[in-house]
Amino acid sequence: MIGLGHYLTVAAILFVTGIFGIFINRKNVIIILMSIELMLLAVNINLVAFSAYLGDLVGQVFTLFVLTVAAAEAAIGLAILVCFFRNRGTIAVEDVNVMKG
Amino acid sequence: MAFAAVAFYFFAIVAVVSGALVVFARNPVHSVLWLILAFFSAAGLFVLLGAEFVAMLMLIVYVGAVAVLFLFVVMMLDVDFAALKAGMAQYLPVGLLIGLVLLVQLGFAFGAWEISDEALSLRAAVTPPPDQVENTAALGMLVYTRYVFLFQMAGLILLVAMIGAIVLTLRKRVHVKRQDVLGQMYRDPKTAVTLVDIKPGQGA
Repeated sequence: MIGLGHYLTVAAILFVTGIFGIFINRKNVIIILMSIELMLLAVNINLVAFSAYLGDLVGQVFTLFVLTVAAAEAAIGLAILVCFFRNRGTIAVEDVNVMKG
Repeated sequence: MAFAAVAFYFFAIVAVVSGALVVFARNPVHSVLWLILAFFSAAGLFVLLGAEFVAMLMLIVYVGAVAVLFLFVVMMLDVDFAALKAGMAQYLPVGLLIGLVLLVQLGFAFGAWEISDEALSLRAAVTPPPDQVENTAALGMLVYTRYVFLFQMAGLILLVAMIGAIVLTLRKRVHVKRQDVLGQMYRDPKTAVTLVDIKPGQGA
């Protein structure tokens, strides 16, 4: 019998994979954005799993909003990336130092 | 019941493996394709959980929009991705360590945690039995009534994101000849056309 713990385990592994991806691909912004998408996917799996096992539909409503924000974030992030590449000709994270932050 | 277990393990293993390959793939295009596979198997997990609407939304929004957007950007940018991979081995031990620590912490949290007895009475919107109201209808009933304000806000967020993306990427090129529609419309025969009376035998 598949329980709540199984789904939480999958979500935890995916979330850690996302964090791990940010750590090992520190130069490539595109992979970092994809890792963030993976982490949001893990959060969505958690929300839906809790929603299903507690019988509370609000978890799925919240998933819709997480999905919305993830889509908006990806669109804006990639737009910034394209804009940056046009100006500087690179997407390496180390070269993002225009503002000397 | 056995079928559900087999399906769960199939989708879970595919999701985890493709998630790992997103991170490790050498070619970013392959990364995007693995990401699509991860989204597909997560949608399968959602179907197993009885959340069909979210599963289909996942496919439409993530696979149909986000992943394709990633694919376009990866293919559009002319970047030497091999050079970006160069420092990978250097960060591998730290990343593995932090990942392991996080996983162990999450394991502790989930292992020692159990649902409280009062949780069932604290539910905000109890799921109706699936044989009476299907998932999509139940979700619509909730989103369009109690959460309609948040729903509108989500739409507004998407609008802002769309305008922001357009503003960021729109480029005005200076030395390109374009059609000047207003100039054409306001052009007047009185000022644009002149009649010249040319005597016979003197033209050209």
